[in-house]
Amino acid sequence: MLDVKAGDEQSFELLLRKYRTPLVNFLNRMVRDSTAAEDLAQEVFLRVYRARKEYAPSAKFTTWMFRIATNLALNSVRDNRHRQMDISIDQPVDAGDEDQRTIDVPDRTPSIEQQLLTRGRSEIILRAVHALPEKQRAAVLLHKYQELDYDEIARILECSESALKSLLFRAYETLRVELAPLVKPTEALKN
Amino acid sequence: MGSTRRCEGMEDKLVEYLDGRAKPAQRRAVEEHLAGCEGCSVRAQEFRALWSVLDDVPAISPTPGFDAALRARLVAEPVRRGFWEWMPAPRFAFAALALVAMSVWVASVPRVTPNQSAKIQTAVSDADFSMIRDLPVLENYDVISKFDALSELPVSQDPARAKAESR
Repeated sequence: MLDVKAGDEQSFELLLRKYRTPLVNFLNRMVRDSTAAEDLAQEVFLRVYRARKEYAPSAKFTTWMFRIATNLALNSVRDNRHRQMDISIDQPVDAGDEDQRTIDVPDRTPSIEQQLLTRGRSEIILRAVHALPEKQRAAVLLHKYQELDYDEIARILECSESALKSLLFRAYETLRVELAPLVKPTEALKN
Repeated sequence: MGSTRRCEGMEDKLVEYLDGRAKPAQRRAVEEHLAGCEGCSVRAQEFRALWSVLDDVPAISPTPGFDAALRARLVAEPVRRGFWEWMPAPRFAFAALALVAMSVWVASVPRVTPNQSAKIQTAVSDADFSMIRDLPVLENYDVISKFDALSELPVSQDPARAKAESR
């Protein structure tokens, strides 16, 4: 990255080749949209390129890069969540009955056993990971798939190492329960 | 109650232990707890199994158009020139800097105006004149020897007079 800072374009190409796949994978697992993930990954590289002159090697390059990526992913997730929560003000509401003011949406999520039959295993895993709170999700992805050190992940998520380890514990605890049928497939089929 | 408290203390230790990154003292403490706590022992085994399951998620590759799309965005970036990039060459920058420094130095040196110069010359002339004027008195020893009272007076700070007295 210091070579990129000095104006070496070939070094930027090297960074691109080394990190584009892990970056796209991290973002894809965060936002669950491969097109959006690629767009965000390009944005990360753009920001790295723009900030190259100010880059100071006070932290590892991966820490810096994944912090940009995490922030972009979290913003994207929150923007999408707000869009999904939009409710039209023109939507008719039965004013005569207070109980019908809220919109009830039936839970049509299939049980995990049904999903096992209809969806791929990886899709089920990604769905469970994506259901985690954002910071827990990012912690799991950086820990399990990027295999970064605790201090690096803590810097990316801007928390203490102790807080990070608790985050990871709670995330894995949730996944342990959620993905129990995958961990013990024979028991799931018996049910 | 005591075991519950110890189990809660595992929250920030278990993952690091399973990772193989725990320090020796911490590793021993976790192993000691797992040996005596079935709940945490089962949890540790299931965490390991979970990590194997998470490995089932395959990695994806960026699409073939990724690099080209990024390069297109890089080319479209506005060119930002820093302040020093406006300088044509380092030697010209150095010359300009030296010129500025010299100008500042010249401006800071105090100048003597013609009036000030004339005043200085007049002051010198006045000092010489008063010395010459007092010379007959100074050369008369009888007069000087009776000037004991003069010794009680403060010494004059006039440098011209001091110079004359020293001769």
